[in-house]
Amino acid sequence: MSVPVVEVLRWSRSSRVGTRIYVVAALALALLPLWGSASAQLTMIEILYYLSLAQMWNLLAGYAGLVSVGQQGLVGVSAYVLFVLAERNGIDPFLSIVLSGLFVAGLSIPIALFTFRLRGGYFAIGTWVIAEVLRLTTLRIDSLGAGNVQALTVKHTFAGYGLQARKDLIYYAALVLAVGATVIVVAVLRSRLGLALQAVRDDERGARGLGVNATRTKLVVWVIAAFWTGMTGALIHLQSATVTNKDAFDVLSWTALVVFIVVIGGVGSTLGPLIGVAIYWFITWRLEDASTWRFIILGAIAVLMAVVSRRGVDGLIQARKPFEVFPIRRRLRIDPGVGGQR
Amino acid sequence: MVWVNALIQGVLVGGLYALFATGLSLSFGVMRFVNLAHGDLAVLAAYLVLSWSGVVGGSYWLSMTLVVVVMAGIGYASQRGIFNFTLGADPLPGILASFGIGIVIQNALQEHFTATDKSIRLGSILTRSIKVTDDVSIGWFPLVILLVAVVVLSGLQLFLSFTKLGREFRATADDPKTAQLMGINDKHLYAVAMAIAFGAVALAGFFQGGRTTFAPTSGGLLLLFAFEAVVIGGLGSLWGTLAGGIVLGVTQSLANQQWIGSNSLAGHIVFLAVLAIRPSGLFGARERS
Repeated sequence: MSVPVVEVLRWSRSSRVGTRIYVVAALALALLPLWGSASAQLTMIEILYYLSLAQMWNLLAGYAGLVSVGQQGLVGVSAYVLFVLAERNGIDPFLSIVLSGLFVAGLSIPIALFTFRLRGGYFAIGTWVIAEVLRLTTLRIDSLGAGNVQALTVKHTFAGYGLQARKDLIYYAALVLAVGATVIVVAVLRSRLGLALQAVRDDERGARGLGVNATRTKLVVWVIAAFWTGMTGALIHLQSATVTNKDAFDVLSWTALVVFIVVIGGVGSTLGPLIGVAIYWFITWRLEDASTWRFIILGAIAVLMAVVSRRGVDGLIQARKPFEVFPIRRRLRIDPGVGGQR
Repeated sequence: MVWVNALIQGVLVGGLYALFATGLSLSFGVMRFVNLAHGDLAVLAAYLVLSWSGVVGGSYWLSMTLVVVVMAGIGYASQRGIFNFTLGADPLPGILASFGIGIVIQNALQEHFTATDKSIRLGSILTRSIKVTDDVSIGWFPLVILLVAVVVLSGLQLFLSFTKLGREFRATADDPKTAQLMGINDKHLYAVAMAIAFGAVALAGFFQGGRTTFAPTSGGLLLLFAFEAVVIGGLGSLWGTLAGGIVLGVTQSLANQQWIGSNSLAGHIVFLAVLAIRPSGLFGARERS
């Protein structure tokens, strides 16, 4: 009798092709300032920051079972941290983006202390309460403008940056955040942490029984997502160059749209947010300024997906022809050794 | 005496919060389902009361009765047509579907009624009150709301305790599989629970619309208040929900007496404190799902 050779396969043919397409697309986007129009660049910034937010929300809801509807709280706080650092204290705006992310990541730990006591739907509403607490607290701080518009000015925030440099750097920051978000999700899912995460998602008791620390696993993902969401929120406000309480903590823009993008594209799929953001862009482009219709249409599709196809458009495609774009799955290949029997 | 007055007003508002929370508490108790569109449904009901009052001869009370019945019907239909398909071990589809529906309702209201603040002008009942002392008076309308909340909660409790259908509710809540084997149609039962939830929240929406102003985006905050009442009181207990609503109402009222405009924030903080110190709620059973 011979020993069968067991091998864990990480790459497949489709993920080799998919990852290459992704890299080429990212490189093409990196050159956009050279070949694209100024308005294309602006549109792309919005698509990119939504992609970043969507990947992070998907990591939470689709993989860690942490369905947050309070992402606007993180975005709002990061906007004000950016304002204080860059506008009030003259810190470089792009360094301020990173610092805002770190601040929000730190803040997410005490938030978890409260919200992790709740499960499922109640966890979701709990995160919304936290976002409201953050919004109302910010509103009561007079030095932050108490609800009035705060501008990020050329004189302070953007001191030393020319108009074109500023536009291009914001575009590149958005690209780094969007591409980075996808890379982070793939890296997390490929790691031991990702294995633990998916084990917990599929069977929390079973995973705990095998020695997985479910709470710690979720907490790590929670902090990573907060860090990246915070940076993205700061970038969004660096681009708009204004901070208002109402818009910075807007549940519709920073949670509802993000949720719809992921749910339509596919929750719990790394490709889902990419598909979702493409559909989001198409519908927004067709509707032009009809903001309420945008929410009604995207919301209705999302509800339909939640009921009919839990993995969204990606699930519908996968049902016909299964493939993967990123190498996150592990397949076991068992080679019966020489002379061995199956 | 101003504090006594604030306390009394808080208790009265607490009744309304309990009414908001009833449906949330019931649907969680029976089928572990949390409807994130709950607050938006209340706002929808308030708008319907306004637009249908013309149809029923200008009476808001008559219009409200019609709206409560219709909303209960919509509740039944939406459970059979949508939410029943999302029930299961994974709460994600239910959360996403109801969240999406809430956002759709909110934006449809905005599209149809614009974003202007509205209120249901019920006339003299809103201003009449019982004067206890110079500083303390009890408004008729808040008193009516509290009484209605108590009647609804007692009725529901009696229904659950003493009717055949109520027994089936409790059986299904405890063990849906066995209940089904005993011949209980769980799909129908869940839909009845949702009909009651929609009816109750429609009633709450009407009272809220009479008490203060509302806009298409008011639903989110109402959902949070309802949720806080449920958690403060303790999951799975209707009387706990009433107590939770009153704790929330009193907190908000006292906070507002001290620092004007701090009511929401104070309510959220008390909720978080309860969550940190006694996660099973002030009056809930030890076991938590």
